[in-house]
Amino acid sequence: MTSKLTRAEVLRIAALARLELDDAEVDLFAGQLAEILGFASEIQRIDTNGVAPFAHAPAAELASRPDEPAPSLDRNDILRQAPGAAPAAGLFKVPKVL
Amino acid sequence: MTPPALDRFATVSTLRTALDRGETSAVAICQQTLDRIAADDGGLHAFQHVSAERALARAQTLDRTTAPRGPLHGIPIALKDNLAVRGMITTAGSKILESYVSPFDATVVQKLEAAGAVIIGKTVCDEFAMGSSTENSAFGPSRNPWAVDRIPGGSSGGSAVAVAAGFTPLALGSDTGGSIRQPAALCGVVGFKPTYGRVSRYGLVAFASSLDQIGPITRSVADAARCLEVVSGADPHDATAAGRPAEFGGALTGDVRGLRIGVPHTILDDTGVDPAVHSTFTASLKVLEGLGARTLPIDLPHSSAGIPVYYLVATAEASSNLARFDGVRYGHRADADAVDTMYRRTRRDGFGAEVKRRIMLGTYALSAGYYDAYYLKAQRVRTLIRADFERAFESVDVVALPTTPTAAFRLGERTENPLQMYLADVFTVGAPLAGLPALSVPCGFTPDRLPVGLQFVGRAWDEGTLLRLGDAYERATPWTGMHPTVGR
Repeated sequence: MTSKLTRAEVLRIAALARLELDDAEVDLFAGQLAEILGFASEIQRIDTNGVAPFAHAPAAELASRPDEPAPSLDRNDILRQAPGAAPAAGLFKVPKVL
Repeated sequence: MTPPALDRFATVSTLRTALDRGETSAVAICQQTLDRIAADDGGLHAFQHVSAERALARAQTLDRTTAPRGPLHGIPIALKDNLAVRGMITTAGSKILESYVSPFDATVVQKLEAAGAVIIGKTVCDEFAMGSSTENSAFGPSRNPWAVDRIPGGSSGGSAVAVAAGFTPLALGSDTGGSIRQPAALCGVVGFKPTYGRVSRYGLVAFASSLDQIGPITRSVADAARCLEVVSGADPHDATAAGRPAEFGGALTGDVRGLRIGVPHTILDDTGVDPAVHSTFTASLKVLEGLGARTLPIDLPHSSAGIPVYYLVATAEASSNLARFDGVRYGHRADADAVDTMYRRTRRDGFGAEVKRRIMLGTYALSAGYYDAYYLKAQRVRTLIRADFERAFESVDVVALPTTPTAAFRLGERTENPLQMYLADVFTVGAPLAGLPALSVPCGFTPDRLPVGLQFVGRAWDEGTLLRLGDAYERATPWTGMHPTVGR
């Protein structure tokens, strides 16, 4: 992949990523993403037949812990950080969903 | 009476000795630190925020306490600004978190304070730790104290500058593809990325969760060992954090006789390493041989795939982790009538160019039709990269590499070409992809007087051998004792 991505491809990815891009960014990313993906495509030449995908670090020793109730963070502390929240009601607020 | 000012480049060990002898106090050290930052950080921009009142209050408490002193009693520390401290702003270098105040402490913060450390403030980093120069910080880059027209490395650049410029003897960074080791190398200080799972990531702003690890930046290997002992350990808030024993002081014997050091010559020859870096690396190997270690050629046949694999896996994980920044629970929110427009505009306004680029790349690699060819393929090659190291460790104890292919480059030199910037990570991505510990120690200078780093990669959980080797090398060479001219 050496040429640019199409504008439509860039816009499709941006929609999946919930990112609004301006025209200049669409053009910039069309070129840059193609260049980076082209470079990354070198790995296609590596034979991975029968090789399992990496799942987690070999060192990872996933620990378990007792499932016991413990205090959560303070609701007011959390809501103080939330833009447009309704702390008195104990709610996050968002614009119209439907 | 004010105690005399201590050398601004004193190590943790030296400061602790002075404290224990009653020659100075936690408050005096804290005040000297704050004064030096006020005087000299204007031109360097190591710090994103300085928390002077909190630090002095904490130092006063430590001076009054009669409880047994912790291993970091009275020691000032700087934290990368992607680590949460309750009540302190945590921007992660991003406009989207410009005014975010963390409602909780990271586990490492709790452990540091329990050990007596004094948190001075937060350091500049690339936005969401994505970068190799700090130029992706939304709040302006840090500058290299050895040459202020050059980058300090990244993404933990501000932490490396804080230590190199004589502000704090200790800083924490986070390393996903080299973000502790690369800036440490470029600033002439020690940087250590522990084994994946050694340190809890609770309270670290997530970038790529299968790679992220917190670690120290210091002026000596012994200080890195001391800090790692403090921050290591299991944590109910992070299932990957393991409760392995973490005592490294006994490893620092200075004796590396018979230790087998593997050198992957092919990657060095194929990578376009700067000649000055290459000759410094070769000279370092001679020093190690002089200490009785043996160097052996090894092959890491998939190492050239490291950068492509890293940039596919890390961006895929980032695109998922950064989905949480949607203007609902924290951070910036854009005005909009409908929720979906609000999400898209919030992210448009809040994220910088590199973060958008990586989210796009990762979303692409995970999207229908491309998942198998990019993300899944990269995860299979990642298994081969890990297997290369496992094979190497059958015949050697440590792998040695330069930390970076070049010394610090100039500000602005690579910002127009993301791929060129990514290549700065060529020697550092291997260890995190395989989950292994890696240490960078200063090993000399280029003819332009820019620092160069020597990197050791070890077996999982074998931080002790890396520290032993790094400490022995440090004792045999003058490099960690050399400092830039700051405030003199």
